Amino acid sequence: MATLIEQPRFSCALGAQQTVVAIKRAVPIVHAGPGCSVKIASLIGQGEGYAGGSTIPCTNASEQEIVFGGENRLRQVIEGAFQVIDADLFVVLTGCTSDIVGDDVGQVTREFQALGKPIVFAETGGFKSNNYVSHERVVRAIIEQYVERHAEPRQGKIKNMVNLFATIPYQDPFWNGNLIELKRILEGIGLQVNTLFGVDSAGIKEWLTIPHAEFNILISAWPGVDLVKSLQERYGTPYYHFPYLPIGGVETSRFLRGLVDFAQLDRDRAEAFIKKEEEKFYSYIERTADFLLEFRYGLPRRFYTILDATYATGFAKFLLNELGILPAKQYIIDDTPVEHQERIREQFRHISELRSAEVVFSIDGGLIQEEIGAEKPQHRSLILGSGWERDLAREIQADLLPVGPPLTYRLVLHCGYAGYNGGLRAIEDIYDRVLDTYK
Amino acid sequence: MSGCRVNVDAPEVAIREIRIGSITGFEGTAGQLVQCARAGKLRENKRTFSQCMGCSSGNAFCQLSMIQDAAMVNHAPVGCAGDFFAFNFVYRVGQMERKLPPVMGRYFSTNIEEKDTIFGAVQKLEATIREAYARVKPKAIFVTTSCASGIIGDDVESVTDRLSEELGIPVVACFCEGFKSKIWTTGFDSAYHAIVRKIVKPPRRKTNKINIINFWGSDVFTDLLGPLGYEPEYIVPFSTVEKLEHIAEAAATIQICPTLGSYLGAALEQVYGVPEIKAPLAYGLAGTDAWLRELGKVLGKAAEVESIIAAEKEKILPQLEAYRAKLQGKSAYVTAGAAHGHALLALLRELGLQVQGAAIFHHDPVYDNGDPRSDMLAHTVKTYGDIPNYNVCNKQAFELVNILHRVRPDLLIARHGGMTLWGAKLGIPTLLIGDEHLGFGYQGLLRYAERILETLDNREFVTNLAKHSTMPYTRWWLDQDPYTFLGGCAHGNVD
Repeated sequence: MATLIEQPRFSCALGAQQTVVAIKRAVPIVHAGPGCSVKIASLIGQGEGYAGGSTIPCTNASEQEIVFGGENRLRQVIEGAFQVIDADLFVVLTGCTSDIVGDDVGQVTREFQALGKPIVFAETGGFKSNNYVSHERVVRAIIEQYVERHAEPRQGKIKNMVNLFATIPYQDPFWNGNLIELKRILEGIGLQVNTLFGVDSAGIKEWLTIPHAEFNILISAWPGVDLVKSLQERYGTPYYHFPYLPIGGVETSRFLRGLVDFAQLDRDRAEAFIKKEEEKFYSYIERTADFLLEFRYGLPRRFYTILDATYATGFAKFLLNELGILPAKQYIIDDTPVEHQERIREQFRHISELRSAEVVFSIDGGLIQEEIGAEKPQHRSLILGSGWERDLAREIQADLLPVGPPLTYRLVLHCGYAGYNGGLRAIEDIYDRVLDTYK
Repeated sequence: MSGCRVNVDAPEVAIREIRIGSITGFEGTAGQLVQCARAGKLRENKRTFSQCMGCSSGNAFCQLSMIQDAAMVNHAPVGCAGDFFAFNFVYRVGQMERKLPPVMGRYFSTNIEEKDTIFGAVQKLEATIREAYARVKPKAIFVTTSCASGIIGDDVESVTDRLSEELGIPVVACFCEGFKSKIWTTGFDSAYHAIVRKIVKPPRRKTNKINIINFWGSDVFTDLLGPLGYEPEYIVPFSTVEKLEHIAEAAATIQICPTLGSYLGAALEQVYGVPEIKAPLAYGLAGTDAWLRELGKVLGKAAEVESIIAAEKEKILPQLEAYRAKLQGKSAYVTAGAAHGHALLALLRELGLQVQGAAIFHHDPVYDNGDPRSDMLAHTVKTYGDIPNYNVCNKQAFELVNILHRVRPDLLIARHGGMTLWGAKLGIPTLLIGDEHLGFGYQGLLRYAERILETLDNREFVTNLAKHSTMPYTRWWLDQDPYTFLGGCAHGNVD
C-alpha cells in the first residue's frame, strides 16, 4: 500500500525542535537545509516561544555542505549560538541534508561538551521518523548527555517527587494547559511534580532532578513508552503508564486512583481530594444537564475523532460516558507502530460497559475524509479533528472542534482538556460551537 | 545587458546567484549597493552564524498551490509538507475575498522514509501522482522536490514525463531543493519555469488581457486598466490551468514586485514576445508617474495615461500634504524582501518620513529583463536620496534586533512573518501589511499613510509588551557591531 499523505497532521523527525522550544530557556540548533524549521513551526508552532521560530540558529545547509560535508559550518554556528543566544541548554538537531551526507554531528557536539558547555545532540533527519517518535529521542538525548553528567549525585530518591511525561509539546496544541491541570491534580494527592516543559516548570534545573524522582508518570498511548522503560533501567525509577488523556470526572479519578494503588500513596488524602474535585465537576454537569436533555433544536448525537491515539481514546471515553454522545468510526492518525495497535483497539472495544467502537489507523487525511463523506451520516455529528476537517464538517453538516494540528482556526494559550477542569472546558468548547450554528 | 536568461529546454532553472548574480550579505548605504551592483562588484559574504530562513520549496509551493484546478505532489519527507495548511489557509482567505466557493487545496506528500533514501523513492512518487490524479482529477499536477529527493538523486523529470503521457494531463516537475539556493525567491523562478515550460501555449491571438504577477493582493487593477480598455489577469494564484495556457496572448505583463516575477515577466517576453512593463514600481509620486507613462507607451495609450496622471494627482495632492505634515519628523526602519522593500523605502520618503535604514532579504543586481529602468532601489536613491544602514540580510533576526536596539526608530515596517516581534518587544510600533497592493499607485500613498498614522497612534500594546518581554539575545551581542558575523563587507571598491 502506498504511504502517501494528503493533509498532514504531524511533522517529520526534525519536528522535535518544538520539544526543545517547549523547555524553558532551551534552544534548538538545527543542522539542516533552510526552510525546515519554518515549515515545522508553520504546522505545529503556535508562536515563537522564548527562542523558537525565526530565532532558531541553523546552518541553512547549501550545496557546499552537501558536497564537502557540513561539520565545520555546524561548528561555526554552535560557536555563534553560544555568543549570541542567552540560553541554559542547546540541542543540536540534524535534518535530511546532514544525515544523508553523514556529518559526524556527535563528534562536533562532544567537542563543546568537553569544554563544559550545556549542549547535546540528536539525529532527527526528517526521513528517519516522525515527531511522535523523535520527541522521545530528543528527551533521551538530553537526559543521557546532559542530566546524566550534571545532576547532583545523591543516595536514594526524593520522597513523592515524580516526573510527568504526557502529550508531546506543540504536537499537542494544548500541552501547556494540560500540564498545568495535571500538575494541579497530582499535587492535590500529595506529589511534587516535574512537568519539565512549559510555564509551570523550573526549566533545566528541574530536568537535573529527573534521576531523583520516586517514579515516572506517562500519559500517552504509545509515544514515550520506551523512554520510561529506559529510565527504569537507568535510574531504577518505576513508571505508571496511563494510556490516554484523562478528561473529565470518570477518567481523571480513574487515573488518580490507579496512581495511588501503583505508588501506594496516602489513600485517604487522595480520596478526599478526588471527592472534592468530583463534587465540583459534577455540580457543573448537574446544573447544565437540563440543557443537554432539553435543547430542542438538535445537538450532536455521534462523534468522529480524527486524532492521535492519546487524544482519540481520551475524548471517546469522555464523550460517550459523560455526555452521552455515541462513537461513530474513530480514526487514529499518528502512524501508530503496529505493535501498539492492538492495545489501542482494546481500549475502544471496551469504551463503555455497553459499547465498543471501530478504530481505523491511517495517516492519510484525504482518504479518511473521503470515507466519512461517503457514509453520509444520518445524525447530527461532532468531529474532533483539525483545521483540515472544515469542508468535511460543512458537507455532512457536522459540528467541528479542531483539537489536533493544524489548528489554525483557533488560538490556544493556556487552555487544556486534561483533568477535571479540562473536561469542563471541553464541554464549553463543544457546545459553544454547536450553539453558534443557531442564528 | 540584454542576455537571454531564460532557457526553457533545461528542466531546472538556474539559481539566482548564478543567473543574475544575486547576493544575501551586504552592509553599507543603499547608494553604495546600487553602485556596486552596477559595477558588477557584488560578491556574496557568508555569515558564520545564522538563523533559520525560508527555502525555495516554500516559495514554489506558494505560487503553484493556489492554481484552482491543479493538484500538488511534494516529493519529500512529511516535514516538508508543514506549510501545506498555511498556504491552504491563505488560499481560502483569497477565495473568500474573491467570492469563490471555499475549497481545500489538494496537496500530497510522498512521505519519503528512511528505506526510500537507500532504495530510491521513484516508485512512491509514481504511486502518489496516480493517486492524486484518481482523487482530484486535476487539470495538471505539479511535483515539487526536496533536499532529500535531490540528494538521493531521484529522476523526477523522467517520472513526470512518463506520467504526463499516461494520465493525459501535464505532470510538471518543479525543482526547488532547499539547499540549492540561499535566496528562497529562487523558488518563484522554479515555479514559473515549470509553468512556462509545460503549461503555457504559444499565443493564438492577442487579447486585451494584462498579466499581473502577484501573490494574493486585492484587485486594484480593474479600475486602472478598465478605462484604457484592458482587463487584469492575475497570475499565478487563483488562476486556472487553462488561463495559464493562454498568458502568452496578453498585451503586456505587469510586475507587482520584480523580486517575485522577474523570471516569469522576462520569460514571457523572451519566449513569446509579451512586453513586460519596465519601469520603477508605482510607489511614490515619481515611481507612479514613470510606471504609468511606461504602461501608456507599451499599450499605445500615452495621451489617456497623461490625463489619468493629471486627474489622480490633483485628487490626492492636498490629502498627501496633510499626511506629510502629520508624519513630519517621524523615523522608520524597514525589513522586507528586495523589490517590495525598495518600493516601501520610496513610499516612506514620499510621505516625508526619515528612513533610518533597512534590512532587505537579498539583492538582485539586475532583473531577468536586464533593463536598468526596472531597478527600483536605484530609482529610490536617485529620487529621494541615499538610505543609510542598508543591510542585505536573509531574515536574520539577531542582526535586526541589534540594529533596532541602536537605531530605535519611531516605526518598524515589516513585510514578512517572524520579524515584527522584535520591534514590538523593544516597544517600537510595528506594521506588517499582507496586501502587497496596498501602497500601489497614488491612492496607495494615502492608504499607506493612514495605516502608518494608525500604527504610530496605537502604542499601548507594544509599550506594555516591551515592559514584560524577555530577550533571548545576550548583552554581549547587543553591544557588538551588527555585522560582526558577516565578516566585514568584502564588496569591491567602486570609486
